Amino acid sequence: MRAVLRYFRRNPSLVLGIALLAAIVLFIVIGRLFVDVEDARPLSAPVLQPPSQAYPFGTDRQGRDLLAVMVAGTPLTLRIGFIAGFIGVGLGAALAFVGAYYRGFIDTVIRGIADIGLTVPGLLVLITIAVSIKGTLTVNQMAIVVASLAWLYPTRTIRAQVLSLRERGYVEVAQLSGMSGPGIIFVELLPNLLPYLAATLVNSVSAAILASIGLEVLGLGPIDAPTLGMTLYWVNFNAAMINGWWWWWLAPTVIILTVFLGLFFLTVGLDEIANPRLRRSA
Amino acid sequence: MQLAYIVRRFGVFLLIVWLAATLNFFLPRLSGQDPVRAKLLQQASLGGYAQAGIEEMTREYERRFGLDKPLWRQYVTYLGDMTRLDFNYSIANYPRTVRDLIADALPWTIGLLGVTTLLSFAIGSVLGALLAWPRAPRWMMWLMPPLWALHAIPFFLLGLILTYLFAFQIPLLPIFGGYSAGAVPGFSWHFLADMVSHALLPALSIVLVATGGWALGMRGMMVTTMGEDYVVFAEAKGLKPSTIFMRYCLRNAILPQVTALALALGQILSGAVLVEVIFGYPGIGTLLFQAIRENDHFVIQGIVFIVVVALGLTTFVLDIVYPWLDPRISYRRA
Repeated sequence: MRAVLRYFRRNPSLVLGIALLAAIVLFIVIGRLFVDVEDARPLSAPVLQPPSQAYPFGTDRQGRDLLAVMVAGTPLTLRIGFIAGFIGVGLGAALAFVGAYYRGFIDTVIRGIADIGLTVPGLLVLITIAVSIKGTLTVNQMAIVVASLAWLYPTRTIRAQVLSLRERGYVEVAQLSGMSGPGIIFVELLPNLLPYLAATLVNSVSAAILASIGLEVLGLGPIDAPTLGMTLYWVNFNAAMINGWWWWWLAPTVIILTVFLGLFFLTVGLDEIANPRLRRSA
Repeated sequence: MQLAYIVRRFGVFLLIVWLAATLNFFLPRLSGQDPVRAKLLQQASLGGYAQAGIEEMTREYERRFGLDKPLWRQYVTYLGDMTRLDFNYSIANYPRTVRDLIADALPWTIGLLGVTTLLSFAIGSVLGALLAWPRAPRWMMWLMPPLWALHAIPFFLLGLILTYLFAFQIPLLPIFGGYSAGAVPGFSWHFLADMVSHALLPALSIVLVATGGWALGMRGMMVTTMGEDYVVFAEAKGLKPSTIFMRYCLRNAILPQVTALALALGQILSGAVLVEVIFGYPGIGTLLFQAIRENDHFVIQGIVFIVVVALGLTTFVLDIVYPWLDPRISYRRA
């Protein structure tokens, strides 16, 4: 316990990241206890009320209670990020391990697809996919759409790590002692890359949330779900900025900022664990 | 040898463009939507009369647009159109072609993003180099946390906050658009000043965020470079610190940054879609936003295609130029 505390003092980014994300989780959990999530639907409150005792975050033009919207919407946005992030890193790691360990033709194909896929601007491909889908998306479909590109970057970076790792002595020893390929991947390679995979996962979640908010602000999101990005879409749609309804965009902006900053500092902290060489230069 | 290298790189470029065109062609068809039928049904219900004869009309229109031909014939025609940059007419602004709309929007986006990308690259690289340099003034260390924090924020969120502060609370700068309503676009000083004042807030929100990224990258490279033997040797020779900084460290550390700059320049067209939307800036991003709102598929496809071509072209040029920038890389290694 004391060792953990001492480590935290050496790694303030990690602490800051965890603290910011904990604040978000706390907000959701406490909010769920005290706020009726049904008020996130239109027509459940008087329209365009600035923050007051009854509506601490104010209400929007369609009569949503913005506090309820935030309590209901923040987990939805996080869910998109986590689903897409997990699929992305899971798929990416699988492809990377298979490609980098076995090399040969499969590796060439995997690397080629990842390299070409990464040069194409992701948001535009996501827009093309989202536009092609009939009707409006649900939150989970949204996550799948975002995940369809989320594996490219993890594949490339994890592959590079595996390539350097597989030349190490202990991998050679395992090979010489007759360990099977999958055995080496799961027992020798994977455990050594866990901190790195964790940092990659946090990065992917952050990128997925950013992509989903981007799609939503452009009007391609789940129209009837109160996610943070959809709230910003309505803000833009109703020109809340020019009309001076500052409370409408303030709450989602602050929450999105906190999420991104939290995830960013968490990555920096995890990077420090995964890559101890950084310790000297920091 | 050089020619083979260039030809191979050009092949990759063509491959990327072909993939983009193919994606554009097949994705909408996979979704099973029937745009002709949908449009006819929509107009029929608007007119309020019975939907008799819709099937015949659909068939007739499909014959006219060539949609009754086999898929591969349509695909070949489509690829031909794409190579001529013929993206068809805009559905929402009918008499105008997609190519016209894009040509109108391009200069705005290239102007805004070109200037901000170069600016944040220059500021960020110098800042990053100084941050890693032990002789830099102490107060510079205090710049790190805010740079980091800004770097983690999406462009458009910072844009929202800046708009509120500098256009709404303190009405210093215009809030919306690329130029004042009623101003006639042209090359007068008055119009230029108007244009710059409109571009200032979007530009600021991009530069503030992007500078942090450049500074972080540069700092990392500087730290690595300063650990190299030749830097130690230069110090041992007693060279002036400024010489070591400029010619030994900066010169070597900036190479990966230049690569990243070229890639960033390739992303120019799609880099700030949301910033343009938030500010109503009349560039590619806003055009795309409107096209999505109006279900203007041809405009969306045209923009996607143009962006991919621009990107492939930058990568191609970079591949050709890079061995000249960094002599350690030869043309032979692909």
